[in-house]
Amino acid sequence: MKHRKMKWTLLVLSLAAIVVIGGCKKKQVPSAPPAAPPPPQPRATLSVSPESIDRGGTATLTWSTQDATSVTIDGIGSVQPNGSQQVSPSTSTTYHLTAQGPGGYVDATARLTVVPPPATPPQAAAPEESEDALFAQSVKDIYFDYDRYDLRPGDQATIDADAAFFKAHPSIRFTIEGHCDERGSTDYNLALGDNRANAARDALIKAGVAASQIKVISYGKEKPFCSESTESCWQQNRRDHFVYGQK
Amino acid sequence: MKRFVVLAAVLFALVLPALSQDWIRTGTGVGGEKIRLAVADFKIPSAEADALDKTFNAVLFNDLHQAGIFDMVSKSFYPLAAIGAPADVRLDAWGAPPPNAAMLAFGNLAVRAGTLQVQGWLFDVKNAQNPQVLAKQYRESATDENARLIAHRFADEIIFRLGGGLSGIAETKIYFISSRTGHKEVWAMDYDGAGQHPVTRLGSISLGPRVSPDNSRVAFASFFKGGPNIAMWSLELGRLVQFPSFGGTTLSPAWSSDGTRIAFSSSRSGDPEIYVCDQNGNNLKRLTAYHGPDVSPVWNPKTNAQIAWVSGRTGLPQIYIMDSDGTNVQRVTDQGYAVSPSWSPNGQFLAFAWVRHYGPGAPGASDIYLMDVASRQWVQLTHDGGRNDFPSWSPDGRHIVYQSTRGGSEQIWSMLADGSQQTQLTFTGSNSQPNWSWK
Repeated sequence: MKHRKMKWTLLVLSLAAIVVIGGCKKKQVPSAPPAAPPPPQPRATLSVSPESIDRGGTATLTWSTQDATSVTIDGIGSVQPNGSQQVSPSTSTTYHLTAQGPGGYVDATARLTVVPPPATPPQAAAPEESEDALFAQSVKDIYFDYDRYDLRPGDQATIDADAAFFKAHPSIRFTIEGHCDERGSTDYNLALGDNRANAARDALIKAGVAASQIKVISYGKEKPFCSESTESCWQQNRRDHFVYGQK
Repeated sequence: MKRFVVLAAVLFALVLPALSQDWIRTGTGVGGEKIRLAVADFKIPSAEADALDKTFNAVLFNDLHQAGIFDMVSKSFYPLAAIGAPADVRLDAWGAPPPNAAMLAFGNLAVRAGTLQVQGWLFDVKNAQNPQVLAKQYRESATDENARLIAHRFADEIIFRLGGGLSGIAETKIYFISSRTGHKEVWAMDYDGAGQHPVTRLGSISLGPRVSPDNSRVAFASFFKGGPNIAMWSLELGRLVQFPSFGGTTLSPAWSSDGTRIAFSSSRSGDPEIYVCDQNGNNLKRLTAYHGPDVSPVWNPKTNAQIAWVSGRTGLPQIYIMDSDGTNVQRVTDQGYAVSPSWSPNGQFLAFAWVRHYGPGAPGASDIYLMDVASRQWVQLTHDGGRNDFPSWSPDGRHIVYQSTRGGSEQIWSMLADGSQQTQLTFTGSNSQPNWSWK
């Protein structure tokens, strides 16, 4: 009997506690109004066809977006949500599309390579030409996407051509300078530039270039090639620059 | 079991309001209510000390205002009668409105035979029986610089006495990078921006200066020998001193608070990683091993048992912390572009630069944020536009110095650690990467 009474008391007390605590909690945390479903993240694609043209030729830029209210392409401006356009740049260009909608933003890029008209073969034109002039004519810099240090698939041809030159001239010593655009911190960009320079170094060594020919240095964002705050300028600065000789 | 659930519910109900409190205030507003402080202009016996007196009064008032712990009584509220000694003070006039001061600093300043003599007092205005809290005397040769120095010392005495026992920062320095000479060199200035002068003249690119805890050396990264490497400058000798060259891209040296070790980033292995070594470069030890940039390490100055740094191992840079032996790695930011951590002297907070929503067309600039390390809760301290980066804590943990482009060019600014009292310190050329001295 006594036990039963205690049980009852306990039950009543815990019920009271639950009611009181429940009451308190309600006051602390008013129930939120039912949340509207979040607006969908916009989607965008951008492509260029063909991906490589001779200088003077044209290519077709095609894009499509979903759930975007405003769509812009750098260098072209505001465009329809879906469409295409003929382009004829004189140098290789990375087209960058930004789609903004209630659910956020998304961007897409497409790169169009412009092949310059074939120059007269440098070796034939000036057989006595100095090594550094030859270097300047033959070796091409490589460029990077934002905050990335992996080589773009399209740059493998550049690396192969550069590697062929370095293998044909095993006495040449050269420096790979890693560069970054002006955005972000000084220190982080120095480390990123180092990763970029070493990405090219690793690719060249893999292609058969002697490690003893190569020196790497990172300048981060300390020695930009171009000083405007535009995407085309930033792209110029996100590069591995090949320099004849080793300081 | 039920009791446990109830207990948990009660605890939760108790913790909720505590979490919603302004936790930054509790971190920096030591002593609760701000003390209402009046600072009477120091009296001069003759007009010859007029210029020094002007400097002294301006610096003293500014130091106490910048301290962030006083409600400064506007000088227009002061009684007209000048006071130079305790006998001149009428406590009832200072303690009643309009000044309504709780504390009063006053004194006199004289130049005798080329020597600047200053007497200063601090009175508790509401304690008529025994008002004197502080009485100090200073003597230095009579220069404008020494008038500033004495004002800084007297201000620090008052702040130490009334500010919960934390030393003031009026005598501290800020090291930074300036391109005023055409090259990025290490410069130094007083905490309030006075006395800006070059430290190095290397004619190269120097970056990220960090002064040693004993104020004897400055470590920084420099290109003067080719690629960026750590350079060590002796402030006592006024020249570079020996420090090993680790190769690769080596940068962002950071002192442990006991001055015995240095953490830094180096790509000597072919990939930028975090290393620690002794202060002379010995006992090199690598702490990180992921591919991608690892940079900008800083020690927890309270314990020297943890290091915060920036890693790009998952893409855009984020802030991480680990134990100083490289174990127990944790990521503390979850989005955007987070760089430049600085650990508060009490070990509780990380200040860092963050672009929270990063990407083309995304809103938001690089701003300074503060994170409570234990709870990972953060607040935004700068909102005024421009790119804000490289926060560095003052030794009292009440102030943060940082760089900002909000005025058009890159300049050094300081603020209280709650984001108030933003003050521009540099105005000439381009100035960046400030580092507040340890004392």
